[in-house]
Amino acid sequence: MTDLTRLSASELAAKLARKEVSSVEATQAQLDRIAAVDGDIHAFLHVDAEGALATAADIDSRRAAGEGLHGLAGVPIAVKDIVATKGMPTTCGSKILDGWIPPYDATITQRIKAAGLPILGKTNMDEFAMGSSTEHSAYGPTRNPWDRDRIPGGSGGGSAAAVAAFEAALAIGTDTGGSIRQPGALTGTVGVKPTYGGISRYGLVALASSLDQAGPVTRTVLDAALLHELMGGHDPMDSTSIDAPAPLVVSAARRADVKGLKIGIVKELGGEGFQAGVSARFNEAVELLTSAGAQVVEVSLPSLEYALAAYYLVMPSEASSNLARFDAMRYGVRVPPAGVDDPSAEQVMASSRDAGFGDEVKRRIIVGTYALSSGYYDAYYGSAQKVRTLLARDFAAAFEQVDVLVSPTSPTTAWPLGAKLDDPLSMYLQDVATIPANLAGIPGLSLPVGLADEDGLPVGLQFLAPQQADDRLYNAGAALEKLLEDKWGGPMLAQAPDLEVAR
Amino acid sequence: MSEPAKGISRADVSHLAGLARIDLSEAELDHFAAELPAILEHVAVVQQAAGDDVEAMSHPVPVNNVFREDVVVPCLTPEEALAGAPASEQQRFLVPKILGED
Repeated sequence: MTDLTRLSASELAAKLARKEVSSVEATQAQLDRIAAVDGDIHAFLHVDAEGALATAADIDSRRAAGEGLHGLAGVPIAVKDIVATKGMPTTCGSKILDGWIPPYDATITQRIKAAGLPILGKTNMDEFAMGSSTEHSAYGPTRNPWDRDRIPGGSGGGSAAAVAAFEAALAIGTDTGGSIRQPGALTGTVGVKPTYGGISRYGLVALASSLDQAGPVTRTVLDAALLHELMGGHDPMDSTSIDAPAPLVVSAARRADVKGLKIGIVKELGGEGFQAGVSARFNEAVELLTSAGAQVVEVSLPSLEYALAAYYLVMPSEASSNLARFDAMRYGVRVPPAGVDDPSAEQVMASSRDAGFGDEVKRRIIVGTYALSSGYYDAYYGSAQKVRTLLARDFAAAFEQVDVLVSPTSPTTAWPLGAKLDDPLSMYLQDVATIPANLAGIPGLSLPVGLADEDGLPVGLQFLAPQQADDRLYNAGAALEKLLEDKWGGPMLAQAPDLEVAR
Repeated sequence: MSEPAKGISRADVSHLAGLARIDLSEAELDHFAAELPAILEHVAVVQQAAGDDVEAMSHPVPVNNVFREDVVVPCLTPEEALAGAPASEQQRFLVPKILGED
């Protein structure tokens, strides 16, 4: 019998629709896979076998009764632990939310529940999505399925590793500065950050409200489009949700034709600082696109020089403000200060936040508080906001010349666990290629383009498009995916090492 | 406005932690005071990027206030709203004293 965990979501959906397999069988297969490998990978913080199987059984009986169902009904999904799930723990990878059970669903949770996707559980992440390695989770790191001594990227390392390790075909991620795309690149999976406002933020624990965006984490471009379409569209509960027809991403992924497409290589995102194997695979992918009829030119975005610095001001500033809500009064842990009789609310707040937040979260809150302080605001936060304007202008000028931009997703492949933990600035520099999309609100898609010669680890390529032109990413991404798979004779993840199976 | 100081002292970190309501330990203050100058020096390059003629951009899309019809819609029950509270009493959040004794 087919190993159901190896199917893409669209393949599984087709089998479910033809009643060749049941959702209970598919869900049980994923739960068995999680039980077998997740002790090692640690992609999940919480697994809800009972709830997932109940949803699966419900879908199976509704399908048997002839009910019209969503195309992805019965396909199991993993959800990043930053997304509110009613009745299921949501910790954001933080001790401060240890044991919190949301009393409501995020809009995207509602949408996947309404469509009948069994929720397998919640995936690991850097605490409050702050990090590029998933080592900042208060519950321990996730390991990269390609090499378990290496990080899977972050913040959404759990969702990416779950998909790469065949624990799920679909996962939800969120991307504030690359937290979907960079783990995608480092684990050989597909990840998409949609246009800002394309998918509702209602019920996502906020990191940086002007940058945060939820999106799909999958093994194929078409699967990403299917999940994107399911989650996307206007939501009155999110004031920044775009009230306009959503881009037609699924038909774009099926089109997969780059003939005549104008592609711009971002000059500043390559060369020095980029690992040789990353540059080699990237250049080969661009050649493939050229051979398929795309017109490739080089494009310059001069203000990229300042983008990383601007990001590491805007993000901590917004985070320091957003995380003020963790005050130990309405939800979250309360830890009174030791040795203080009858402490005040303020003392309890300060000691709870010290006990509940990890090192990286405290670091960013301090930086953000500094940048927003009277006397420093204009020089830091204000200047960073001006860089956003310059960057948006650069992108606008570039998209007058080309349809999409390309760059490597990450300057390096996955690094060993612990290698950058003591040097936060070197970790921040890993985000150089992904943060510009968040600052400008444009969509980005990362897909695997091969393995680096020097270490045999996955390399990702990123497409960028103008706001609300997410469909261009799926068209170009699916075309490149097909060109590469024809060359490789199958998907890249088929080359991933088999994981030792427990029991 | 005066030119922002290049460095950040241990006392500055302690003050910022107070503003952020985080009771940092002595060891954490040492650690952050040693580490933050390099991070702040790196991000300070934004000051060279743009002149006064460039507008600040707070959001990637235009932000407008959004209203809905003023009608009653389902919301959390008091029990649901209080379910995650560290302490509650009489359908209210129970908090430590807000004001000092004196």
